Amino acid sequence: MFAHLILGLRAAGLPTSITEWLTLMGAMKEGVAEYSVDDFYFLARATLVKDERHLDKFDRVFAACFKGLEPPEGIPVQDLPEEWLRKLAEKMLTPEEMAKIEALGGLDALMKRLQELLDEQKGRHQGGSKWIGTAGTSPFGAYGYNPEGVRIGQDRSRHRRAVKVWDKREFKDLDDTVELGTRGMKLALRRLRRFARQGAATELDMPDTIKSTANNAGMLDLKMVPERHNTVKVLLFLDIGGSMDDHIRLTEELFSACRTEFKHLEHYYFHNCPYERVWKNNRRRHEEVIPTWQVLRTYSPDYKLIFVGDAAMSPYEITMQGGSVEHWNEEAGSVWMERLTGHYRRSAWLNPTPKQSWGHVRSITMLNDLMEGRMFPLTVNGIDEMTRELSR
Amino acid sequence: MPRVAGFKSTEHYIASRDLEVAVNAAVTLQRPLLVKGEPGTGKTVLAHEVAQALGKPLIEWHIKSTTKAQQGLYEYDAVSRLRDGQLGDERVHDIRNYIIRGKLWEAFTADQQAVVLIDEIDKADIEFPNDLLLELDRMQFFVYETRETVVAKQRPIILITSNNEKELPDAFLRRCFFHYIRFPDRETMEKIVQAHYPDIRKDLAREALNVFFQIRDVPGLKKKPATSELLDWLKLLMVEDLPPDALRSNEKQLVIPPLHGALLKNEQDVHLFERLAFLARRGG
Repeated sequence: MFAHLILGLRAAGLPTSITEWLTLMGAMKEGVAEYSVDDFYFLARATLVKDERHLDKFDRVFAACFKGLEPPEGIPVQDLPEEWLRKLAEKMLTPEEMAKIEALGGLDALMKRLQELLDEQKGRHQGGSKWIGTAGTSPFGAYGYNPEGVRIGQDRSRHRRAVKVWDKREFKDLDDTVELGTRGMKLALRRLRRFARQGAATELDMPDTIKSTANNAGMLDLKMVPERHNTVKVLLFLDIGGSMDDHIRLTEELFSACRTEFKHLEHYYFHNCPYERVWKNNRRRHEEVIPTWQVLRTYSPDYKLIFVGDAAMSPYEITMQGGSVEHWNEEAGSVWMERLTGHYRRSAWLNPTPKQSWGHVRSITMLNDLMEGRMFPLTVNGIDEMTRELSR
Repeated sequence: MPRVAGFKSTEHYIASRDLEVAVNAAVTLQRPLLVKGEPGTGKTVLAHEVAQALGKPLIEWHIKSTTKAQQGLYEYDAVSRLRDGQLGDERVHDIRNYIIRGKLWEAFTADQQAVVLIDEIDKADIEFPNDLLLELDRMQFFVYETRETVVAKQRPIILITSNNEKELPDAFLRRCFFHYIRFPDRETMEKIVQAHYPDIRKDLAREALNVFFQIRDVPGLKKKPATSELLDWLKLLMVEDLPPDALRSNEKQLVIPPLHGALLKNEQDVHLFERLAFLARRGG
């Protein structure tokens, strides 16, 4: 009778197995959930979902199954990421208004204020309010958004009906396919750390054991050596300039946060596509350039090479001599890419643009081909895949 | 008599309904329950409470990075046997003298059904959960040295906590129930405070909670204070006997709360907070 739930979950990409399904049925038979819909939801969640990243998907599937609703076409309103709203707000505002917002404590504070406004309004109009824009004095024209869209003030209402628990979608932040946020950073760090820590645990020091046993007149005296430390060496190539700066900052923070975990971590900057020169200090990018050949000679092939960049550029920048937008390059970008990936045994490319759109940009496809498909999105999942690829 | 085990919120431990359902399902179906959640939301305490609520003994197994799955079952102390052999001790003839029972063996052979807490399973080696698959599923294991099989007299109730530092294998997860402890909302938090300090002054608790949730909302904190930090802080406030007014600020702006050391555990966080408070004062 509930078969469409498990089918829906599997269709949504949750790794739910028959065993877990049978467990749920068993628990139902034992009467764990009794006859309460809420309890059934909790029970099903505890049985079928084993990772908080999937809780949000579960909530959605559960809602779809038990409301008999088809998920609407396109992007549902409540899925509008907060980012978009902010971006939109930034676009719509004049500099003076932006300054005013800064004075109010930045967008964050404003968002909070918006929520307060919304709460107040709810109280007065008893749910009759549709738009928040009626506040009048607000600097935002954009307040006219459906409050559902940002999910503001929802968690406050105490008398919401219990059946809607899964509609709150409280686990949205835990979904791992979204771009890196603060929590995502944490997880990604752990993945990287795991990547960095390769090596056996405490091990027996044979020569020392033999020596000290002999010293001890044949009485066994075991000697251990502490676990071998991090052996992973990483060479980062970061695309800097223009749209990439935010992502680069994020990535640098990410890697330098676990700097101690790596044996060596070196970073170099390039623009769009690596050519015969790279630099270490972006302010002095024209004075202090380092020949890529020197990098190749300095760092041995056992370094893991990680490029970070959006790989969005004109195809000429990759294929043609002199295609670079900044200078005259004697050799095409593709030559340098081949040289770099050929020298280092393990390499990967992290791309902050969403994976779905890679197919639409010619240069991304080209670079992905040059990387032999080792391009990964800059998400927790992507970093995970990358570390797996690099440590294979 | 109800077939379903009755774990409920107690006076000292406030469990949300979903947690109750998860625990009861795990107890009824005798499967392990895996609990994850932010640090300080009461994962470990849960085991104590379950043991107490069901009136069963609790066996704790704390996992470290060097812990091996085998240590939970038994260990064969070959070195001391070798030593005894060299010294000509009589004990050496019986290998049983050198088998040290682990926590799971203890739980399996206990006369009464026990609650086993496997704390912070993600600290161990990545293969650790895989090595316990069969043992947790069938609740039995084989001792090679003595060629005997240890079978659980009663299947113990197993609670496992994880801080998400390592991914757990699918095969392991499939055998568990799972619960993610969310950070409690204000209402629940009030109940929790009430449960721990029933004689706290109402106004003090209210002001303290205001400050606490304000701090949690500060963006960019490295370690957000959690339930355990709040409880410590409240205790300090009560010991110092501070008036609630000390916590209250006139406007809706940040102030550094007294005894903030209990809430902010990181000097960068304290700095950040001081800076924000300074800006708020100047702006307001």
